[in-house]
Amino acid sequence: MTNFPRTLIFGGILFSIFLLCALVSFVWTPADVEILHITARFKLPSAIHWFGTDHFGRDIFSMIMVGARTSIAVAVVAVGIGIALGVPLGLWAAANHGHWLDDLIMRGNDLVFAFPSLIIAILITAVFGPSAFNAIIAIGIFNIPVFARISRGGALSIWTLDYILSARVAGKRAFRISAEHILPNIANLLIVQGTIQFSLGILAEAALSYVGLGVQPPTPSWGRMLADSQTMISIAPHLALFPGFAIILTVLGLNLMGDGLRDILDPRIRRTQR
Amino acid sequence: MLQFALTRFISLSLSLIAASVVIFAVIEIIPGDPASFMLGINAQPDTIAALREQLGLNGSLLSRYVNWVSGMLVGDFGISYTYKVPVSELILARVWISLPLAVYALAISTLIAFPVGLIAAAKRGKTIDITIMGTTQLGIAIPNFWFAMILVLIFAINLRWFSAGGFPGWEEGFLLSIKSLTLPAIALALPQASILARIMRSSILDTLDQDYVRTARAKGLSQRQAIWRHALKNALIPVLTIIGMQFSFLMAGAIIIENVFFLPGLGRLIFQGITQRDLIVVESVVMLLVFAVIIVTFIVDLTYAAVDPRLRQR
Amino acid sequence: MRLLEVKDLSVSIHGTKILDNVSFNINESEIYGIVGESGSGKSMTALSLMGLLPNGSKSTGSASLSDTDLLKLSEEKMCSYRGNAIGMIFQEPMTALNPVQTIGKQVAETLIIHGQANKKEALEIAREKLNRVGLLEEQFPLDKYPHELSGGQRQRVAIAMAIAMRPKLLIADEPTTALDVTTQSQILNLLKSLVEEESMALILITHDLAVISGLADNVAVMQKGKIVEEGKTNTIFKEMKHPYTKQLFSASDHVPERNTKAEETPLLELNHVIRKYKLPRENIFKAPQTFTAVNDVSFVLKKGENLGLVGESGCGKSTLTRAILGLDELQSGEIFLEGHHVNAGKKLDSSLRRKMQVVFQDPFGSFNPRHKVGRLISEPFYLIEDRPTGDLLKNAINQALVDVGLNAEDAEKYIHEFSGGQRQRIAIARALIIKPSLIVLDEAVSALDVSIRAQVLDLLAELSNKFELSYLFISHDLSVVRNITDRVMVMKAGSIVESGDTQKVFENPTHPYTKELIAATPRLPENLTT
Repeated sequence: MTNFPRTLIFGGILFSIFLLCALVSFVWTPADVEILHITARFKLPSAIHWFGTDHFGRDIFSMIMVGARTSIAVAVVAVGIGIALGVPLGLWAAANHGHWLDDLIMRGNDLVFAFPSLIIAILITAVFGPSAFNAIIAIGIFNIPVFARISRGGALSIWTLDYILSARVAGKRAFRISAEHILPNIANLLIVQGTIQFSLGILAEAALSYVGLGVQPPTPSWGRMLADSQTMISIAPHLALFPGFAIILTVLGLNLMGDGLRDILDPRIRRTQR
Repeated sequence: MLQFALTRFISLSLSLIAASVVIFAVIEIIPGDPASFMLGINAQPDTIAALREQLGLNGSLLSRYVNWVSGMLVGDFGISYTYKVPVSELILARVWISLPLAVYALAISTLIAFPVGLIAAAKRGKTIDITIMGTTQLGIAIPNFWFAMILVLIFAINLRWFSAGGFPGWEEGFLLSIKSLTLPAIALALPQASILARIMRSSILDTLDQDYVRTARAKGLSQRQAIWRHALKNALIPVLTIIGMQFSFLMAGAIIIENVFFLPGLGRLIFQGITQRDLIVVESVVMLLVFAVIIVTFIVDLTYAAVDPRLRQR
Repeated sequence: MRLLEVKDLSVSIHGTKILDNVSFNINESEIYGIVGESGSGKSMTALSLMGLLPNGSKSTGSASLSDTDLLKLSEEKMCSYRGNAIGMIFQEPMTALNPVQTIGKQVAETLIIHGQANKKEALEIAREKLNRVGLLEEQFPLDKYPHELSGGQRQRVAIAMAIAMRPKLLIADEPTTALDVTTQSQILNLLKSLVEEESMALILITHDLAVISGLADNVAVMQKGKIVEEGKTNTIFKEMKHPYTKQLFSASDHVPERNTKAEETPLLELNHVIRKYKLPRENIFKAPQTFTAVNDVSFVLKKGENLGLVGESGCGKSTLTRAILGLDELQSGEIFLEGHHVNAGKKLDSSLRRKMQVVFQDPFGSFNPRHKVGRLISEPFYLIEDRPTGDLLKNAINQALVDVGLNAEDAEKYIHEFSGGQRQRIAIARALIIKPSLIVLDEAVSALDVSIRAQVLDLLAELSNKFELSYLFISHDLSVVRNITDRVMVMKAGSIVESGDTQKVFENPTHPYTKELIAATPRLPENLTT
């Protein structure tokens, strides 16, 4: 493990910048995002306001930092939901392959796949109203079949291997085998998929906030900032550029990390199985 | 093949039924009483009762569900609470913007992604491949609505090649309407094309490792001939699944993009429905969107079987 | 007439030397064998001739096909030679054909690519070629797809593709290794007839000395990238100048020393065992069919005995193994181990389970790559109520490793640090650790090189002497079974068609299927094993 691929390093650095912003924002931001300074609106980037100010005079850099908090928190919890519920479901389905239970779980999966996060968010917010919590649920629900399908796929290819037969000859049952043998061997798959879903979660959160279904003002979020900037884009493009770059760089960072992780984690598996 | 189509069709129908049950449950059961939900907290009891009567909410859950489904089968989606017109009219007017937009975007993204992915795979490791991989890596990270705003800034506001938004209507001319859908379609297509190109590339590279490609080379085919005549068709199979899945994201994306360009499509309808608590509109549009996704999956499955003869046995 | 002259062919890949000054000559219509174990470089030699070496390869030397040096040709020129002057077929017929193209199209393609015919003509010629390799029109029309064919049939299609342009030289790299014994003999006969009728030369690459002895005019023995001995097959087999050649021969026909006597008490008893399972539905309207994998099988394995079970793929031996191990339910019949009922599936008693263990075929899929060896081989302890822990456990693990010829320190390593032969030893250690009475060896040595195989068989014999073990030895390889079992059973389509003392069955088979199997198995000439 001495040779970390460049993608992992570069992506890791990019993402860490935003993670740092998010964490630091709990204790300090250059300016207070809740206070409006109407007199200081539309200022271009300068020494005082590194990214300039928006239409309410709020410091954009600070808003980006706090927005990082929102995006990362929503995406992380959504991935957590996906893994916590999806992986056991997928493992269970694989352990019962050929049985109607497997078919049932797969059908359920396909059903959820027909509802993209946005649609789920629409359904939930139509009834419960928009909020960060509902955004997390909407994105999280869609993550469940993603992880279920990938765990099941990975598990199925391991179930056919001889060492699983050995474990059964040693008297172990499906649950134990799934936990002791299958899960550790699909962990790499899950890590890589986790980073992908994380980055997708960031994009989804931004989209939901953009259309008003996610985190509500006055809490800053990158998507909301973009929605607000839309009408003023010709006079103050920096309002749209900075949140946009923030999203792009965070997602890029995560995707690069995912690629790098795949490079480290997968080839080793393939090599040992030859 | 017929067997296969039949099983898939049954699958499709079951999915549709399941989806409709879920949507019905969320919209009509969870809020408690849809009528008082729509009217808000300050509504009078007799207004609520009147609305309940009008919406047919006094029947049992099962009869309400059956009414709803049988209504939809003949194209009756109920009357919009806010606009007081049949929802089907509202949908019909708007679907002719959202659907062409999604198809347009799908066409652009496929037309770009296939050759780009192919070139990257054929020239693996060379500069052009690295450039393509870098560009697509960026493309995946760009939110489509942000890209849309930038496109508007550059091409509509500064260069004035396109209008900044709005839709003239199909009656005003085919080309004019397509023009107003172009920037939105490009914005939508960008991330999809990036994903597809990468998948195309990795799929082709995977097939190049297969034994039958080695056999082809041993027959005397050049590397290029081997890709073209053998690898490509096999590589297409996983790509097809992805396109099918992408369609649902495309529809969601279309809804969001309409916001940027002020297109009077399904997106506007549904968001207004949410703000105005018009559950009937929300219910119908969601059902329609899910229906579209399920149908597309079905078509993709059939195409699968057309391409891969092994599937036809099942 | 000299056809191919290979002189001082050396190949290195990314700096590692793979072939070292390989030289040999082939005449027209000759069958030339290249034999060696894995890593000997035999496949690489073939790939060099075809110009299909992997990226990063550098070759020196020459390979002249009728005065043209193949190694100096441009890629474009080489493309015109492949499939035209030289054809090649590979080891894995199941994946050698494009699954989404018809077999007719694939055979015709060779002709079309070389500009020999237009589409229509090419298909006609393809039909001829398919007939020639034994796939007649009635059963194998041109529009059949590869997945509708068996392994042997697919290999025939591959041969048709390779000879479509009537090449002067055909290279066959382990063409029958993945096939059943009877299919193997058919394919080898086909290749022989093609050599005779088309006056084509054949390079036959294999690890199986017996195959070579039956077929090749001349042979080259390769070890670690070098040819160690080369010449007429008969001469080589008689004289065996190089020590490696001698080693290869003795390993191929190795008979380990065993001195356990079989007792009278039955250890494993099967009575009229039937195992069926449901096939996936073909049609929505028809009920799923059932397939009887094991059809009324009965036999007894006595304590101390080595019982062999032979059969080709699909005969039901794997299903039978799983039933014996208590992994699958029976539809009918009984299995007894030491007199106790083996109740499959959920309730198999662990006290019964611990009396039998298993060693599988694939040294690479047999172990969880994420656990250390110590943990891997102690897994069967799960079956014991008071499992050893701490020092007791450590000692048990160390002892098991030493018993199989490895070291105590190996317990701390991961499985990928070991070779195939070593992994099988670890698998045996795992089977041994709880001192079972019966070990089922399911194709346990089939994936090993000949010399390693001999060592593992010796180990097994030694262990059975030491620990009073009984073996159920399942294999498709008759020559191995012949050398190590006391009694043998022959299985076909779910039933045991013949059983008896190994020597008797092999010398005087009674059932026609047994006769067919034995006739199809290539044998080394009798007087040569040292």
